[in-house]
Parts: sequence; C-alpha cells; structure tokens
Amino acid sequence: MVLRKNDVTGWALATPLSAVLAVFLVAPIVMIVVVSFWGATEWSIYPAFQFDNYAFLLSSDVTYRVFLNTLKYAFVTWVFTLLIGFTVAYYLAFHIRSLTWQIALFLLCTIPFLTSNIIRMISWIPFLGRNGIANSTLISMGVIDEPVEWLLFSDFSVILAFVHLYTLFMVVPIFNTMMRIDTSLIEAAADAGASGWQTLWHVIVPLTKPGIMIGTIFVVALVMGDFITVRFMSGSQSANVGRMIQNDIGLLQYPSASATAVILLITVLLLIGTLLRFVDIRKEL
Amino acid sequence: MEPRPKSFYALSAFFILFLIFLYGPTLTIGILSFQGPGGGLTFPMRGVSLHWFRDLFEQQAVGDIWGSFSRSLVLGLMVMVTTVVVSVMGGLAFRKRFAGSTLLFYLIITSLVIPSILVSLGVGLIWSQSGLPVHWATSGFGAQLTWTLPFGLLIMFAVFNRFDRSFEEAARDLGASPWQVIRHVVLPIIAPSLIGVALFGFTLSYDEFARTLLTSGSYNTLPLEIFGMTTNVTTPVLFALGTLTTVFSLLVIGVFLLVVWMMNRRRARHGSDAGKGMV
Repeated sequence: MVLRKNDVTGWALATPLSAVLAVFLVAPIVMIVVVSFWGATEWSIYPAFQFDNYAFLLSSDVTYRVFLNTLKYAFVTWVFTLLIGFTVAYYLAFHIRSLTWQIALFLLCTIPFLTSNIIRMISWIPFLGRNGIANSTLISMGVIDEPVEWLLFSDFSVILAFVHLYTLFMVVPIFNTMMRIDTSLIEAAADAGASGWQTLWHVIVPLTKPGIMIGTIFVVALVMGDFITVRFMSGSQSANVGRMIQNDIGLLQYPSASATAVILLITVLLLIGTLLRFVDIRKEL
Repeated sequence: MEPRPKSFYALSAFFILFLIFLYGPTLTIGILSFQGPGGGLTFPMRGVSLHWFRDLFEQQAVGDIWGSFSRSLVLGLMVMVTTVVVSVMGGLAFRKRFAGSTLLFYLIITSLVIPSILVSLGVGLIWSQSGLPVHWATSGFGAQLTWTLPFGLLIMFAVFNRFDRSFEEAARDLGASPWQVIRHVVLPIIAPSLIGVALFGFTLSYDEFARTLLTSGSYNTLPLEIFGMTTNVTTPVLFALGTLTTVFSLLVIGVFLLVVWMMNRRRARHGSDAGKGMV
C-alpha cells in the first residue's frame, strides 16, 4: 500500500479525535455487545457466552410494547417539532428583512438550548401541576370544574417536554437551508403566477428538504435515546427503552441492560441510516 | 419597501407564542424562586423573599451544591479547551480526503446520534471491569467529549465549507510555511467560529446529564446533583437553584457573544491592512 502525503497529514491531525472516539465510543459499544452475552446473579455479573438475555428480551411482550411506545414518542414529537420548527424558520428566513434582526431572533431561539434541560423540565411543574397555572386558569375560565390530573405525569407532559426541548434542533438546520435558497427562485415562482401556498409547497419545501432531514435525524435520535425526560415528566408512569435500560442498571443487571442497549442501538442506527440516504450532511453544513 | 403581507402578522403572532412557550416556564420558576418562606411550588406567591436563595448557601438544606458547581465548572473548562483543539485539528484534517476519512466521519455521526445512556453504560462497564475508579475528570470527561466533539466538528465543517482558500494560496505564494499559513492566516480568519465552538463545548458539558450519569463516580456534577434534588426536595429551593444556574448559563452565553461582537468590530475598524505591511 502506498502511503500518500494526504493520508499522513490527515491522520496526524485526526489522531486526537480518533483516540477519543476509539476509547469513549467504539470501545464502549464493543463492551456493551460483549457484556450482553454475559450472565448475572443478583449482585454480580460474570463472563459467559449465552443468548439468555436476548431470548428473554425478545420473548417478552413488554419489550415490544416499550419499543412501540418509544417509536410513538419519536413520531409524535417529530410531527410537532417539524410543524413548529418549519414555521419558525420560515418566518425568520422569509419574513424578517434585515440580517441583524434575523440573527437577533435566531439567537433568541437558540439560547434555551444552551441552558440546562433538567431545569427546563422542572420549570413545567408550576404550569402543569394539580394546582398549577394551567388548571387554575381553566377553572377560573369555567372550562373545567375540577383540576385535570393528566397535565403533569402523563404522555401529554412527556411529549410537551420533548417538543419544548428539541424544537430547536428543527429550527436551526431548516433555517440554515432556507437562508441558502436563491430568492430569485421565489420571485420566478411569483412571476409565473404561483400563489403564496403554491410557492411554499412547490418551491420552498422541496428546497428545504435537506434541513428537514438533518432536523429529523436530531429529533429522532434524541427522543429514541432519552430516558430522563420520560422518567421525570411521566412521574415514572410511562416507559421507553431508555427507562428499561436504566431500570436494569439500577438493579445491577448489566447484561440484560446491555442486550436492550444493543437492540436500541441497532434500531436507532437503522433509522438514522435510512434518513442519511436522503441527505449528504457534509454538503449541507 | 413593499407592504407586509397578511401572513406576516399571523406568523409574527405564532413566533411570539413560540418564544413564550420557550421562555415562559423558565421565567415562571424565576418568579417563584422569590416565594416567601411559607410558599410552595406553584402560585400563589406567599410573600416575596430571598429565603430560598439563602437556603442554597446552607449546606444541610440542599447537599453539596457548591462542590458540584465547582466540579461542573472545572469539567466544563476542560471539555471546552479539548473540544476547541480537537475540533480544529479534526476540521483541518477533513479538508482533504484521507484513507479512512469516510469511516471517521460516520463515527462522528454515530457519536452524535447514539443514545447517551449507551455511552454512560459502556464507559462505566469498561472502567468497572478493568478495576479503575470512575471519576468525573477521567471517565466523565471522556464521555462528555463524545457529545461535545460532534457539535464542534459540525461547526468546523460548516466553517471550512465556506472558507476562501485563495487567502492560503496567497500566503503560500509569499513563502509562508504550512504552519505559518495556519497560525497567521487560517486561525485568525476562523477565530469567531472558534468562540462558538468553545461556547458549545462549555455549555453542553455544564448541562450534560445522561453521559455523565454512570461515569462521574461518587462526586456529582451540578446537573446530577439537581436531578437528585428533584426526587427529594419539594420546596422552592429547587427553583432558586434552577434560576441561579440558568442566570449563570445566560451570563456565560452573554460573555461569549460579547467577545464575538468585539472581535467583529475590531476587524471592521481595522479593515484591510493591504499596503500597510512592513516595507
């Protein structure tokens, strides 16, 4: 094999990156795969090569219910974040006319992303609690007579929190692609007699697809892998795969946690792999 | 200018609602953290006081808040510096295709989309099986890098996609060595973006939860400490803490934005230095 100059400088520069990823990404994945075949007693784990963990997992209908529930969260969150994210990005890109304002409003949208997710979840308590703002407002408006119980600690609050936390991941890439759309294309559509909706649907949406795909990748990955939002916002009443893994970890059942983790990883990578076929991330950045 | 279409006003209203949705809850706990001593987690306010903030400074009321804060701060700075250096080097590496670069790129994407709990679990298992003690500054530090580096690298890819290479060619034509080109041409041009990478590195680490959960050992970082509190603290002291760390995050963001703004202004003032070189 001929070692080219490009390869040498490339690898010299990429060495720290590769080292970090090898130790903290590749090795952990390998370790999880290995441990998923191990056995466990109540207090320890021992090396083995058995399929018990997978057999148990795949034969239990709890597993399928929980995976289905996880996909449901991902899908519903995706729909809401896409609708809201697209609208916000569209407004910023096409209705705000000065660049300064665009940047300022865009920053206003991004700042919450840089603050603590846990605090942002906690901050829903005064809104959604039994005596929270939502309930007392609805009661005083006469819409309901008694406080609604399902506002906090339900699927509703889980999805609300997901949308609250992750809409940003749609806004940013969609805004990024929209800003690159050549405005003469939109003028051309208008000149050719397209209505506002027609321009939106036939010109802007197709040109924004790469951004939508990248946003989708973020949202799907984040929701599929989540455990903390579901734990906190459902008050431990709903389950997703991440919660299942975390439960096993809490019981020191690392092999069975690892087996679930392997299946989750395969699911996520298949989903993301499919999405990546529709977009060339490096070109779109 | 042509008049605004009707849709502008509808969309403006939507955008304002979106901002209320984004910021409303945080503002609410900001207000509620000033509850009087007898107040609870929801409205009404029972008086206004600094009672709950005072509580934060009393060790026994809330656990090791200040210890975990200083750990998070140090860890955030460690992750920030490492993220900037490694991302810049990685960004430079990816400007040219090299053997294995596609594989490495997909590893970066994997690092971004992998469920955080897998990193936590895997790193935790490796450490425990090899008999090493998990510690926030070693295993926790590495686990957080798998989250911050992909963001840093994506920013660097975006920056280098837009980078005008004729500056480098000009420098090379004038006899600059490869290192001089990087040091005196490339780095100054990308400097504002590096501030962005640093901001991401710090804040993502400072707020990181899932990847640190099983990798930080017996000393908690601040998000872990706060999460612990959510299960056993039912007073507004939780809100006071939330308000303080959010204010801290906002200050950090403000400082970074200010630095970028000043850099840009300085650049605009100095303008081109063509013809002003040493003759």
